[in-house]
Amino acid sequence: MSVLIYAENWDGKFKKLTYELASYGAKVAEMLGTSLVAVSIGNVEENELKKLGIYGVEKVISANHDLLKHLDSKAYTSLITQVAQKEGARVIVVASNNAGKSIAPRLSVKLKAALGSGVNKLPISINPFVVSKRVFSGNAFAQLSLNTDVKIITLMQNSFDLAEKPVEPVIEHFAADLDASFVKTAVKEVQKHEGQILLTDAEIVISGGRGMKSADNWQPILELAGLLNAATACSRPVSDEGWRPHEEHTGQTGKIIAPNLYFAIGISGATQHLAGVSSSKYIVAINPDKSAPIFEAAQYGIVGDAMKVLPKLVDAVKEIKNR
Amino acid sequence: MNILVCISNVPDTTTKVKFTENNTRLDTTGIQWVINPWDELSLTRALELKDDASTGVKQVSVAHVGPASSEPTIRKALAIGADNAFRVNIEPVDAYQVAAALAEVVKAGQFEVILCGIESSDYNGSNVGSMLAEFLDYPSVSAISNLKIEGGQAVITREIDGGKEVVAVPAPFVGIVQKGIAKEPRIAAMRGIMMARTKPITLVDAPAAEGLSNLITFEPPQPRAACKFIDPENAGQLIELLQNEAKVI
Repeated sequence: MSVLIYAENWDGKFKKLTYELASYGAKVAEMLGTSLVAVSIGNVEENELKKLGIYGVEKVISANHDLLKHLDSKAYTSLITQVAQKEGARVIVVASNNAGKSIAPRLSVKLKAALGSGVNKLPISINPFVVSKRVFSGNAFAQLSLNTDVKIITLMQNSFDLAEKPVEPVIEHFAADLDASFVKTAVKEVQKHEGQILLTDAEIVISGGRGMKSADNWQPILELAGLLNAATACSRPVSDEGWRPHEEHTGQTGKIIAPNLYFAIGISGATQHLAGVSSSKYIVAINPDKSAPIFEAAQYGIVGDAMKVLPKLVDAVKEIKNR
Repeated sequence: MNILVCISNVPDTTTKVKFTENNTRLDTTGIQWVINPWDELSLTRALELKDDASTGVKQVSVAHVGPASSEPTIRKALAIGADNAFRVNIEPVDAYQVAAALAEVVKAGQFEVILCGIESSDYNGSNVGSMLAEFLDYPSVSAISNLKIEGGQAVITREIDGGKEVVAVPAPFVGIVQKGIAKEPRIAAMRGIMMARTKPITLVDAPAAEGLSNLITFEPPQPRAACKFIDPENAGQLIELLQNEAKVI
């Protein structure tokens, strides 16, 4: 018996998100009185695999196969299923990100295991197995009972604090049973956003809305983002106008993010926008209209013109950096 | 080539959700029901592909799993331009049941491309599309922001964490669609609304698969502390507060 996490890597390296899953998995394993196993797919070096031990992973199963070089949801599902069965996984935890969301539902069908997706905290109870998940785009949470022997959870990013629980993990190499006829998707081209802080990874996000008035006014946002090591984002009208790329659109139909700090600048705070950012730990709103709904969601607010306020913020950040 | 678009019936996205029966059910009083936004974008893209003769797309169908009360939403999809519709007459308890029912629709028909929205705006599961693919043993590609049909093959752009990939996939496959696939959802014109009245909605009587999970209760999010306002003339004070009070920078 075990709890299994899928430890995703990016170019051979784990990220904070991977360690969040490990920390979460370790706690669930503790609740169930069992051990924590991680499966890693792709080429990850032994010293990187061992880092999972810091967060309580007792065994790391590393599967490196030519057919697993890019994400093929069917092949990845098959591999994780093989590992889950070998390890007698009772609970499988994956990230609620693009990769996790394309694998977890397939695993659910393959293993006939109930799936709780977008889970934001530890299970509320073990027997019955009840989890809390985000519903109605963050306007509510639901308690969901997972009624099968094996359960699958996709965990929201930045919803669980890292917790060290150092162990020396066993590293095991796993020969996946896969053949080429299985992998139907072929990647023709990869375009990476080099040198940028990813919106979904960023601890601080600076976001501009229609109140910024023009694409030409983005300079202070970019400057503030640079100083704070933050990612940039925008509201839907901004991406629809083409002022910013649609990858930056946060909101119900865009990206759902949960950074530690979210700056909403010139954003009124429509329900659909808040749906994408309401899980942020702190929201700062800058808007000339004091009655804008964004101030109901924010902990800090400035009623004023962004073009006048932003340079002051830039100066203040420079000042604390120079201290 | 035929495309099947799976559609979910959801409360309008501006709805202030409320619950009833001791927070165990959604209070549907006054709710406007609409096609799930991502499903609507999928349908729009499917119709754009059909409009382009070079793609060889001949027919666009929609499928829905739910009771008769969701027929107005299905009619809306027909009014936007879908050729026909399938409705599986069950009240599903979870995504597993929805996907199992949709798999029956796919098996009974002849579809090369099956499109699903990346999530539904009510339960935010992101589950149905990939579950459906696994039920059918089809390949699936998620987080699609562009879909083209070139020489009978689908060429897809999908978003990955940190970039984009162009992926080729042979039919039949399940495509799971996000923003970007179509610019604006297509709107029903009067002619479309008239025509939709006579387009067929085929009732599919599939036995419901066993559900694997059930909703117990809903709870509103934790209320946030009231907003602390900072004088715009002294905006730098905000940075002090973020550093020393919130400790987030």
